[in-house]
Amino acid sequence: MPAVTQTREAVEKLGQSTYKWGFETDIEMDMAPKGLNEDIIRLISSRKEEPEWMLEWRLAAYKTWQAMEEPKWAKVAFPPIDYQDAHYYAAPRKKPGPKSLDEVDPELLRTYEKLGIPLHEQALLAGVEVPEGERMPVAVDAVFDSVSVATTFRKTLEEAGVIFCPISEAVKEHPDLVRKYLGTVVPAGDNFFSALNSAVFTDGSFVYVPKGVRCPMELSTYFRINAKNTGQFERTLIVVEEGASVSYLEGCTAPMRDENQLHAAVVELVAMDDASIKYSTVQNWYPGDENGRGGIYNFVTKRGACRGARSKISWTQVETGSAITWKYPSCILQGEGSVGEFYSVAVTNNHQQADTGTKMIHLGRNTRSTIIAKTISAGRSDSTYRGLVRVQPKASGARNFTQCDSLLIGDQCGAHTVPYIESRNMNARIEHEATTSKISEDQLFYCRQRGLSEEDAVGLIVNGFCRDVLKELPMEFAVEAQKLLQISLEGSVG
Amino acid sequence: MNALSKDMSGPLALFANRLNTLAGAERQSAAGALARTGLPDRKVEAWHYTTLRALGKQDYAAPPMQVEASTVRSLLDGVLQAHSAMAALPRVVFVNGRHAPAFSALPDDVDLSFFADDPQFGQQAAPDRDPLVALNTALAEDGLVLRVPAGVDAGHVMLISLGVAGADPLSFHPRHTVVVEKEAHLRLICVQAGQGAYFHNPVTDIQVEDGATLEHLTLQTEGAQAVSLGTLYAHVGQQSVYDSFVLGLGGQLVRHEVHARLAATRGVVHVNGAQRLAGQQVGDITSVITHAASDCTSRQTVRNVLDGHARGVFQGKVLVERIAQKTDGYQMNQALLLSPEAEIDAKPELEIYADDVRCSHGATVGALDDDQLFYLRSRGIPEQEARQMLIDAFLDEAIALVEDATAQTFCRAVMAARFAGKGESA
Amino acid sequence: MSQFLEISGLCAQIDADGQKKQILRGVDLSIPPGEVHVIMGPNGSGKSTLSYVLAGREEYEVTAGTATFHGQDLLAMEPEERAAAGLFLAFQSPIELPGVNNANFLRTAVNAVRRARGQDELDAVAFLKMAREAAKALSMAPDMLKRNVNVGFSGGEKKRNEVLQMTLLQPTFAILDETDSGLDVDALRIVAEGVNRLRAPTFSALVITHHQKLLDYLVPDRIHVMARGRIILSGGPELARQIDQEGYTKFLAEVA
Repeated sequence: MPAVTQTREAVEKLGQSTYKWGFETDIEMDMAPKGLNEDIIRLISSRKEEPEWMLEWRLAAYKTWQAMEEPKWAKVAFPPIDYQDAHYYAAPRKKPGPKSLDEVDPELLRTYEKLGIPLHEQALLAGVEVPEGERMPVAVDAVFDSVSVATTFRKTLEEAGVIFCPISEAVKEHPDLVRKYLGTVVPAGDNFFSALNSAVFTDGSFVYVPKGVRCPMELSTYFRINAKNTGQFERTLIVVEEGASVSYLEGCTAPMRDENQLHAAVVELVAMDDASIKYSTVQNWYPGDENGRGGIYNFVTKRGACRGARSKISWTQVETGSAITWKYPSCILQGEGSVGEFYSVAVTNNHQQADTGTKMIHLGRNTRSTIIAKTISAGRSDSTYRGLVRVQPKASGARNFTQCDSLLIGDQCGAHTVPYIESRNMNARIEHEATTSKISEDQLFYCRQRGLSEEDAVGLIVNGFCRDVLKELPMEFAVEAQKLLQISLEGSVG
Repeated sequence: MNALSKDMSGPLALFANRLNTLAGAERQSAAGALARTGLPDRKVEAWHYTTLRALGKQDYAAPPMQVEASTVRSLLDGVLQAHSAMAALPRVVFVNGRHAPAFSALPDDVDLSFFADDPQFGQQAAPDRDPLVALNTALAEDGLVLRVPAGVDAGHVMLISLGVAGADPLSFHPRHTVVVEKEAHLRLICVQAGQGAYFHNPVTDIQVEDGATLEHLTLQTEGAQAVSLGTLYAHVGQQSVYDSFVLGLGGQLVRHEVHARLAATRGVVHVNGAQRLAGQQVGDITSVITHAASDCTSRQTVRNVLDGHARGVFQGKVLVERIAQKTDGYQMNQALLLSPEAEIDAKPELEIYADDVRCSHGATVGALDDDQLFYLRSRGIPEQEARQMLIDAFLDEAIALVEDATAQTFCRAVMAARFAGKGESA
Repeated sequence: MSQFLEISGLCAQIDADGQKKQILRGVDLSIPPGEVHVIMGPNGSGKSTLSYVLAGREEYEVTAGTATFHGQDLLAMEPEERAAAGLFLAFQSPIELPGVNNANFLRTAVNAVRRARGQDELDAVAFLKMAREAAKALSMAPDMLKRNVNVGFSGGEKKRNEVLQMTLLQPTFAILDETDSGLDVDALRIVAEGVNRLRAPTFSALVITHHQKLLDYLVPDRIHVMARGRIILSGGPELARQIDQEGYTKFLAEVA
């Protein structure tokens, strides 16, 4: 049984009212002192036992970052971040590998239990060998604060030729692959947060699917921020060779805290000829309380390069968490006939702010892109769709279709749509549609007349509103996402 | 007293001589704001798609007092002869930003005066926020001040702005005010035309009071070397209508920026337009429509046909404030690219803080429809002619939004005269 | 509890363009269990408003009067509580719910009502079996369960979907607001049969209609004529035929 289906049930039992993932795990941590400087970067690099080139790369990124300024153009507001007031490295203290579940740090196991990861996988995650019996369809990489703690199903994957491991390990085990692709989609100096990430990233997942291989199972990563005053800077790199394909899921949680915590990830995807990558995210970082205290600052750079002909990259995201979301999963459509997709649901409630969308850069001939973005604002929140569709002169026959719909619940929130549409090719066709509305009284009344409570009616209508996106998610994720939507909007009506 | 000179670097140096000798607090404060910000570049979000490089490096002089009358006459004839009805309409003619009584035929039913006689800058313009408004505020010499008394239907008035320059560039910065009082009605036709290297920088302050209607056509046929950067503010009262259309055809770099504010309930604003550009032309239609009261309606349809190396820019923001419940907003931008070098940049934007609203926008970019083209050709119409028919039809659908029959016919006549028999430049 | 549905002196108004508009001006009506009553009346007489007020639409403000249902104060209940208590409104213009699958909607509603009534919820298999049978009985195309609620339905399909919902929710009191409008004779018969199948000593219905035709199939117990927000005349089934032949004018004049 896939991990995700159990996540919610396990979590519901915790009986926490609003944010149900807000537990903290008390595990011995190995922590770098607060602050960011070259020494900290050297420390990170040495703790990771990295080769020299990796350290050089980080230091160069740090230099670039120092000369940059935080971007100001997004429609989000927050007090200045003191980048020196955070720990840039925190890891569960290393012990010799456990022989059985009994030897695993019980706190770590409890965390997985709370996350709803099934026991077999918990064992795998904790590094315990389990006899190959039933084959489970999801391989999991769990990233805890800065460090990948365990990756499951490596053997099965290895037999198929798929590499799925912590990126820190890949740096050592597969340096040629990492060197060849790292930073080629999102250069270190791409933006302020990507530069920061490049300097201090501590872990994340690496996936390599060789030519012609369809990855035999869904790959999944759990990201969790646990320690206080830590930033999480994970780095994910997925390379899919000619004719290969992979579906990758990403879930995130964090404990409830009064202060804000920074999460600045970078995700790079590379798809060669006829390759396809499906990347799904259910983002449920702690959003802060109903007065806007605490919550994660989620400043993420995600970008995929469709390098090969007929390659395809599809982003699906359900964004319900974080105090601030700044995130634009993008596609560079370079290969002839390549396809980019972006399906997004962003829900904000209370004092959350989200500025999210995508960029579709059409470089090659007959490239196609589809953008479906659903924005739901409630409480005193603000949500912005910001998207760029650019067609370059050589992208003859390029096609884009964009549909952005916003739903407002209550009269204290805001919903905004900011598309940028640029075409330099006379044979390209771009269509953009956007609407903003509220849940109609007629619809609510109709549902209630049929016996649904107001909250259930809102849930039903919102899920209907998001259907075009939710149906893109893998089945188990879709169920979880639907429930998440409803939980996120609790207390927003009536 | 005026210590601005050291700040007048970059493009502002082009106006430095004049900016250093300003009198009056408003002008000095505007010049101060301008000195702080400079002229906008791409880093300013509102100017992301339009650069002011076309302003060049030469100084812009104040226009000379004397202008060759025959030149003015021939430009004016060009405007009036496009359509037989135009010559009979009352008109106020400005040459290089100054009223030219000899060419005007002033209207009767309205109160008319001139900025030069009593400079009033009005409440709406925001020189501290928009450098081009600041530039105008600092340098404005003259302008039309027109007031339609309450309850009066003033029929048509033409405001014709002519630029006449030789090889040395000159700039003019007229400041117009139009007030349509309660329950009054005006059909205003603004025409911009000219020749030579001039920079036209008008600011127009429009107030449509409760229950009044202003139908406003702007026909933009500036001279081929002209840079024209205009800003228009419209304050729309209760149950009043501001119905505007801009037809952009001329100039080297033209920006038509509208800030319309629906300040009271049940107001209606239309900010429609069309542009057809070729060669190296850049045409920018930018608007901010603010719904600041409930039950208002805004409509915007803009169509662009771009040939040669032309670049079209459309930025349309609809801002719905928290109080503006029951807002009905619709916006559509469409572009047709006729050549491999043409470019369109569009940014239709919704910023919404009220929940009980119906707002939508759409944008399409593409080439002529192959099926339509084939259909026409299969009926025996040669390709070139078929293309022309489809292009005309595309723009004509926008022009059909001009409700005033005279203004609509005028647009069609100008289009016909300019583009008769011209297909795309393939 | 002498009566099943008891409406007394009911007045209601609506806010229209900032002005209060009185629509119901003292409606008196009682419907005993097991009976089908009909309300006829000219356009704008308040028939639909009555149905909305009984179902609990918030836009209508009740300014006077009472309505009890099974002895409970109907007006104090939330719309979903009224539904759970057994009140069903077949809408004159059924609402479209984009993206909401019809079967899912029906199951959610049926289970919400069953829960409130202390019945076991139905699982997906049991529900689908029941829904398919009910749909078949109404001659509905099988794919109507898969489509989004009322989206892209023809007028006739929407009305049948209302009757399908009624069948599944098993109300004790149904209001049919011009459910016959826009239906051809065959569809009319199917809808009427759907209502007739529910007829029982514990089921009542209030049918709003302009036409005699539906009443040929439904056989009402009482006819009420509504005008200017009041019931001005009540009688047996013959009253409907009379109105059908002679129009309202005569009756209105008589009362005036």
